[in-house]
This record gives sequence, C-alpha cells and structure tokens, in this order.
Amino acid sequence: MSRPFPKTIDETAELLKSARYVADRSLATVLFLALKMGRPLFLEGEAGVGKTEIAKVLAATLGRRLERLQCYEGLDVASAVYEWNYARQMIEIRLAEAAGSADKAKLGEDVFSPRFLIDRPLLRAVRPSDEPAPVLLIDELDRTDEPFEAYLLEVLSDFQVTIPEIGTIKAKEPPIVIITSNRTREIHDALKRRCLYHWVDYPDAARERAILAAKVPGIGEALTREVVAFVQSLRGLDLFKLPGVAETIDWANALIALDRITLDPATVNDTLGVLLKYQDDVARIRGSEAASLIERVKAEAITAGV
Amino acid sequence: MNPEAFSGGRLADNIMHFVRSLRAAGLPIGPGRTIEALRAVEAVGLGRRDDFYWALHAVLVNRREQREIFNQAFHIFWRDPQLLEKMMSLLLPRLTSDEAPPNALEEVSQRVKDALAPAPVATNENAEAIEQIEFDASLTFSDRERLQSMDFEDMNAEEQAAAKRAIARLRLPIEKVKTRRSRLDPRGRRVDMRNSLRASLRMGGAVIPIARRALRTRHPPLVVLCDISGSMERYSRMLLHFVHALTNDRDRVHTFLFGTRLTNITRHLRHKDVDVAIGKVTAAAEDWSGGTRIGKTLADFNRLWSRRVMGQGPLVLLISDGLDQSAGEGLAEEMARLHRSCRRLVWLNPLLRFDGFEPKSKGIQAMLPHVDEFRPVHNLKSLEQLAAVLARPAPRQDERRAA
Repeated sequence: MSRPFPKTIDETAELLKSARYVADRSLATVLFLALKMGRPLFLEGEAGVGKTEIAKVLAATLGRRLERLQCYEGLDVASAVYEWNYARQMIEIRLAEAAGSADKAKLGEDVFSPRFLIDRPLLRAVRPSDEPAPVLLIDELDRTDEPFEAYLLEVLSDFQVTIPEIGTIKAKEPPIVIITSNRTREIHDALKRRCLYHWVDYPDAARERAILAAKVPGIGEALTREVVAFVQSLRGLDLFKLPGVAETIDWANALIALDRITLDPATVNDTLGVLLKYQDDVARIRGSEAASLIERVKAEAITAGV
Repeated sequence: MNPEAFSGGRLADNIMHFVRSLRAAGLPIGPGRTIEALRAVEAVGLGRRDDFYWALHAVLVNRREQREIFNQAFHIFWRDPQLLEKMMSLLLPRLTSDEAPPNALEEVSQRVKDALAPAPVATNENAEAIEQIEFDASLTFSDRERLQSMDFEDMNAEEQAAAKRAIARLRLPIEKVKTRRSRLDPRGRRVDMRNSLRASLRMGGAVIPIARRALRTRHPPLVVLCDISGSMERYSRMLLHFVHALTNDRDRVHTFLFGTRLTNITRHLRHKDVDVAIGKVTAAAEDWSGGTRIGKTLADFNRLWSRRVMGQGPLVLLISDGLDQSAGEGLAEEMARLHRSCRRLVWLNPLLRFDGFEPKSKGIQAMLPHVDEFRPVHNLKSLEQLAAVLARPAPRQDERRAA
C-alpha cells in the first residue's frame, strides 16, 4: 500500500507527525523538495539527532520498502551492489561438464546470467519492478572511503548500476535516497552537488518537549519540562560531546523506569551516563554542576508558572 | 601582428619567444607545443585579438593555476611591438636599448617580471648580472651543504628562496597503513573468486587457477597544526611551503594555523601555485605574529574539528615552540585528547636546535608526555631527517607507553 507524495510542505510535516516524528519547518521543506524534485537528500548532523529515523519514517508512511546500506571502511561492490553466487556457478560448471556440453562461450554466458546474481541494497533499490520505488538509506557515508563515494556518483545521478557481464540496470522510477553523515570526515563536493543538503540541528526546547511527548509514552508534563530544560542547558555548556535527541529519549525512559516524577541530584548523578558518553564530560557535570543546573531548571519551571 | 609578419615567419619567432618566456615563468611547456601553438594560430587566423588569445591559451595552458601567469604574460608580450627587440636584448645583452621597463610590469607577478623584464641598461652591470645568474644556477656542492644546515632564521632573502625551492622538492614518505580494500596479487592471502571463475571458464571449466588478492596500503591522513605566533614567525612561513608541498603531493592533508585563535587553511593550501596559496593563507589568518594560547586553540581544535578530520587515524604534525602565553593552562588535558585520537603525534620544535635545550617552560612540560616523537625543525637537514623518521614503522602502542 503506497501513498502518493505530499503536495505541500504542511502535508509533509503532517506526514512525519503521523509517524510520531516531530520535524521543524526547515526539515519539512527540504524533504518536500527532495521528494518533489526527485533528488537525493544529504543529511548531516551530530550523532543522535534523528537522521536515520527520517528514512525509516518515510518508508513507513509512504508505504515503501526500505533498503538500508550501512557504510563502513572498505565497503565494496560485492557487499553494496551485487555479488556472484560462486558456489552455484561452480556446480553449474560441473553439471555442464558431466552433461558433456563444454561449449566455452555458451557456458560463460550461462554462468554469468542474472540467475546467479545476489542482489545487495544498491542493486535492489534500482532494480525495475512493479512495486513503487523504495526508500534507499545510505547510512553514515562518512565511515566509508573515497573510492566508494566516487562509485556512488553514477548511482545517484542516473539511478543506474552497471554490471560488466550483464549490462546496465536502470530504475524505472528513481528511489527516494536519504544519505546521512556524522561528519567524521568531509564528503566530496561532487557528491554533495547531486543532493539537497540539510544540517540536522539539535531541536529547540518546544520541539524537544513535543518529541518526548510523542516518543516516551507515560511521561508527565512536569518531568518532560525538567528533562528538556536540563538537556538544553547541558547543550549550552562547553562539553566534548553534547547529548542528542536520542540521549534525551533514553534518559526520559530511564527516569520513568526508576519511577521518578521529578529530577533530584542523586538520580541525575547516577544516570548521567545515559546522557554523556565521555568520562571528562561526566566528571565535569557530576556533583555540584549538576545540582546547580537542577536548581536553575526548577527555578525556571516556577517562573514559567508550572 | 600584421600579415607581413605572418607570412614572413616573424610570427613564428614571436610565438617561439612567447613560449620561451612562459617557460621561463615556470609553465611546463615542451618544444612540441610551440609548433602546436603556431598551428593553432594559423587555424584561427589573426583577425581578432581574443581568438588569438584563446588559441594560444588552449595550447599552452593546461592547469587552472597557470591562467594568471599566461594572462599577464600575454598582455605584456603582445601589447608592445618593441617587445621582440627587448626579448632579443635578453638574449644578446650587449645590444640593449635604453628603454625603461614599462610601469605596468610593477604590478604583475614576480615570475612573469623575471621572465620578461629586459636586462639592466649598462653593459658592465649587465655582465655582472649574468654572472650572478650563472652563479645561482650552478649552486656549488658546498653552497648546498651550507644551505642544508643553515637555520631558517638566519637566511637572507636569496637563501630563503633557495631553501623554498628545495622544500618544494621534499617528499614525506609516511609509513603506509593497510586499508580494507584489496587488489590482485599472486602472492596475496585471499582467494579472488570472481577472477578465478573467469579464468576457469576461459579454460573450459576443467581446472580452476586460483587468483589471489592482497590488501592495499595507503598513506594515513595527515593533520598539520602550525604555530604562527611571533616567536615562530620565520619558521612557520618557511614550513608553510613544506606543508604546501605535502598538500599537493597527496590527498587527505588538513592544515590548521594557531596563534591566539585557530584557522583552517586546508582549502587555501590546495591551490597548486605556491605563491597564490601562501598569499591566501596570509590573508585568511588574522593572528600572525601575535601571542600564543596553545591550550585554548587545541581545545577548539578538539571540540570543533577533531571529529571531522581525525576520523581515519591520521598522523599529526604539531609545529610549535611550546612557548605558551597562558603558562600551559589546560594544555596537558588537550594534548592527551589529541594524542588519543590520532595514530601518531609528532612535535616539531625549532627550539630543539640549541644543544643545551631543556624543557623548562610550563607549556613544554605539559605537552611533552603526550607526544610520540619530539624533533627539531629549523633547517633543511632536519626536514629531511623528519622524512626518514616518518618512513619507519611507528612504535607499537605498548612500546609507546613504556617509553
């Protein structure tokens, strides 16, 4: 069951909201444009701000298959695009020998035919079919190396894959491509040029509260307010790794699991590892800094009239 | 450029001189291209000046950074009909005319000027100048030796220029590291199924010759952090030439300057022409010859850039004298973090040239425990030794700790 693309930016935002993804206006706009113009969307941002989630939500709401390619160093054609099924090919050769039909040219054609091809995500994404085009998620592109990036250029500009033994396979309808990067290195301009670019930033307080309300069932309004205010003030500090939205959600879940309805210094100190992932950062916040942050958060809550 | 010149073969001479002056300005143009240039000009004709310009451009320029030199040389050379005579005067110094160099020359690149400028007027001076040039060209062995061990700080302009040329030729053969990509290699350890099967099919499938693959190796990325405070000035300007040579020799080189603040100059250095690149760098960094806050700028680097450029296990060259304005405050922590996120941290310190050097300053004491190599960098010889050290395999992690 696939749904048509949203026709306006508002519809795009609604679509995301229906899958409990709270997007800001800029993200809804760039997503709408990517769908409308059929261009890949390049999402960059710190870890844990919901880049990968966008692709999943799109696939779910538009009723399309999700093809996910997780990148890593040394990712090659065999694991990203296609691989030949060598075992079956060898059996085929032996069978042909046993049958006595050892015509070399014919055998070569038989063995390198689509029957023996194992599809990998990129090939699956561009293979023509009757289904609507899938969502192709190329996750953490910065983890792979430049040669693979260069290979992607063909796939992303023409939505086609070339297999020397068979020929070129071209998508009937271009897939919806979402590329994410944590920016552990710079992606080449040639690749960025083919995409729409969006920097996914940390959400502001209002949006983060909306995210918590959507993602953490059973969280009270008071705790939401305190958790968000605490995390937001952490992001204002000079930490090595700031907590992302994923950490906020984890932390809220952790607090609920501990049956807390409000923040107190002891709990915060004990659960700080959910929010901060570097020892220097944890050591800096734990204790007096955390206590003063909580105090300020509560004072703000009172002035805000809650 | 009258038709007479065209038919009379003077155009050929002119073009030849033009090509020669471009070559003198540093453009790598072979003799074959002079003929091609002439053919190109014949093909487009001499009706329009811009056609003529682009015809020569098409043949003689093949890199983006050569355009400026070509452009300047073209306008000077083909504007002034007297120029042929001037060129002749360069070749035959005794017949010089008394013409002063045109004013416009003052604004053009030094290299074009050197290539096109007429020789000085008086015959005696001329002879001297020629001698000078010859002396320059055939730098004797002992001169080179002297240059090698001369401190960058003590060099005069001419020696600096010679050192810069030597630096431009330096290469840094860092030990290569294994990647996860492979290439065909008959002595490799992995079996390449695809190629084995293809080879087998070529032989009718009866036997399967095993094709093998081995892992490719590659230079690790290089991150250069260069101190540009007042105490380092002469060295950092010289070393920028070194970094420029590195940047254009390989991919994945990231360069940052620091004094009171941190400046990323990677893109500026990527310009192939060293003078233009250094010019851009000078314009980009605002804190030349000021104070140094090593701790703060390293913290900035760790926070803002570390995750972006340190992702693939780079070699870090830290060029600094370690003299810190804020007396090493926060420096140890930041150095430790920098050290943890790279493959190898090499500290190049020009102060090490003094034999009795003792790490007494607080900044140096804070930094020293966190570096893998501590080396001098004050003359050409030390740069060459650096290359030799980096080519050796890095000590293992545990050895590093023991040391």
